[in-house]
Amino acid sequence: MPRLVSHPDEVKIVTRRFGQGAANIDRYVELGGYEAAKKCLAQGPEWIINEMKASNLRGRGGAGFATGLKWSFVPKQSAKPKYVLVNGDESEPGTCKDHLIFLHDPHSIIEGTIIAGLAIGAKLGFIYLRGEYRYLLEIMEKAVADAYAKGFLGKNIFGSDTEFQVITQTGAGAYEVGEESALMESLEGKRGVPRIKPPFPAVVGLYGGPTVINNAETIATVPHVISMGAAAYAAVGSERNGGTRLFGVSGHVERPGVYELPMGYNLKKIIYDVAGGVRGGRKLKAVVPGGSSTPVLLPEEIENLGMDFDQVGKAGSMLGSGGVVVIDDQTCIVEFALRTISFYQHESCGWCIPCREGTDWLKKSLTRFHAGFGTAKDIDNIQYLAENMLGRTFCPLGDAAAMPTLGFVKKFRKEFEDHLNGKPCPFAKHVEVAVV
Amino acid sequence: MSNETMTIFSPKLAARFDALVQKYPARRSALVPMLLYAQDEIGYLSDAVIAEVAARIGITELDVRNVATYYSMLRFKPAGKFNVQVCTNISCMLRGAYDLFERFQDELGIGHKGVTTDGLFSLEEVECIGACCWAPAIQVNYDFHDELNPDSVPGILAEYRGKAKAEGTVSHA
Repeated sequence: MPRLVSHPDEVKIVTRRFGQGAANIDRYVELGGYEAAKKCLAQGPEWIINEMKASNLRGRGGAGFATGLKWSFVPKQSAKPKYVLVNGDESEPGTCKDHLIFLHDPHSIIEGTIIAGLAIGAKLGFIYLRGEYRYLLEIMEKAVADAYAKGFLGKNIFGSDTEFQVITQTGAGAYEVGEESALMESLEGKRGVPRIKPPFPAVVGLYGGPTVINNAETIATVPHVISMGAAAYAAVGSERNGGTRLFGVSGHVERPGVYELPMGYNLKKIIYDVAGGVRGGRKLKAVVPGGSSTPVLLPEEIENLGMDFDQVGKAGSMLGSGGVVVIDDQTCIVEFALRTISFYQHESCGWCIPCREGTDWLKKSLTRFHAGFGTAKDIDNIQYLAENMLGRTFCPLGDAAAMPTLGFVKKFRKEFEDHLNGKPCPFAKHVEVAVV
Repeated sequence: MSNETMTIFSPKLAARFDALVQKYPARRSALVPMLLYAQDEIGYLSDAVIAEVAARIGITELDVRNVATYYSMLRFKPAGKFNVQVCTNISCMLRGAYDLFERFQDELGIGHKGVTTDGLFSLEEVECIGACCWAPAIQVNYDFHDELNPDSVPGILAEYRGKAKAEGTVSHA
């Protein structure tokens, strides 16, 4: 069982029921569960969407798109059925927040899915979990079955004449499927390659019908927004960034864990205060602020950095999935860059050439470089390659591979130069990253 | 009783598949879960598994293979009874995942994608498994083991050897 952590600065909204047995439906109801869905059923779609807009809730998968706005894009009238699709493919390295939501509060996912369905007029929702999360899928399946038994799901939810059904789905190992159009392909029983946009899923999505796709954390937040009221929820966060975020702090810290903190909370405090500082009293070298695809930040860049979508964006990186990966001064950045690009090379679906070839050549270059056989020109070539991947692919995986690479090369150029002319890596023990 | 009279799956799984193909707005949405559940029972995607899944969905075997080869958890040859998957991605790497992976290699005498001669264990270096805050972490089949170090390895292997013994698994060695 993954360890739960806590800190006095946390504002527990989404994690409120963690560790309280809320996977049991009676306990969930006892703790106020399903009241938000009932309220939404009474209030109707327009009210729900307005509440979501006023809450300033933004997509927790990484893009930070306004949830209420996304829901409002779904046409009211549609010849084809509409769908809600919950993205629980959580695979961005550094990210394990949805893991805890599925484990401790599966009904919040179901309740959020019902509310999203009511808002857009869908009768069917899918909850997709990555294949590795089998034990969590079983928890979700039990929760869904219990919700059906209580009449919270089905032909007449909560005794009304409104229908809403939920289907759980397993993946089978693919980072790429976390991208929304690839996710739909996978759910349709195909290879998880992305679709070109437009049309956007809100108009043409799953089985060709209008579809709202939200990250699991976003969906789990929805019932709390309704229960607290949009204004109260928005007030917790920073400007245009409502509420809290589940920050997964990992790597070289004393107390790694998932902490729920208000949007805009200072990154330096997250590392030194909340997570107990750099492990073993070592010095901070760098931090990846929002999962492996977000460009690395230097210690001087995080002094006054508030963790919300806008502030981290202004600092030249991204809030992403909220996975804060802390790197100490004993770490080789070239090795870290190589391990990062090895991941994207492995996960690239091969559909778009700049991503397929780009990740492969970046991995080859960095492998050679880290082994001590690089040339000065390689550093520029790595940068040139990465720059030419940006914005040239169907989905953001190409960007996700290029952006961190550019960050490492630009901010740690000297460390790359230190690997030149056959000099042994000053840090790393593992010269070669095994082929996964 | 399954609709497929010549099923290679257990009656329970066959019945589950009968229901699964009816569950979605489109029949082939059952494909990826079916492949994974079939693998859980049979051990890998044999030709017979692919043929039956294709027949159940109503698509060609080639189409099934085309989809199956995309997903990293699906395999086309048997793994060990217990498949040890060591995450070496960034969060785990920073907390010693490669030392852990090396220890597993030493203890089992096999490398990446290897299978022990008795068929009990296989070993894989895998990408992020979503346990970054409890690193380094591994999965043995679907079970997570968190916050490990190289000295945890003998204990974990003993635990699964004990399980195999209790189930009376015959060693092929």
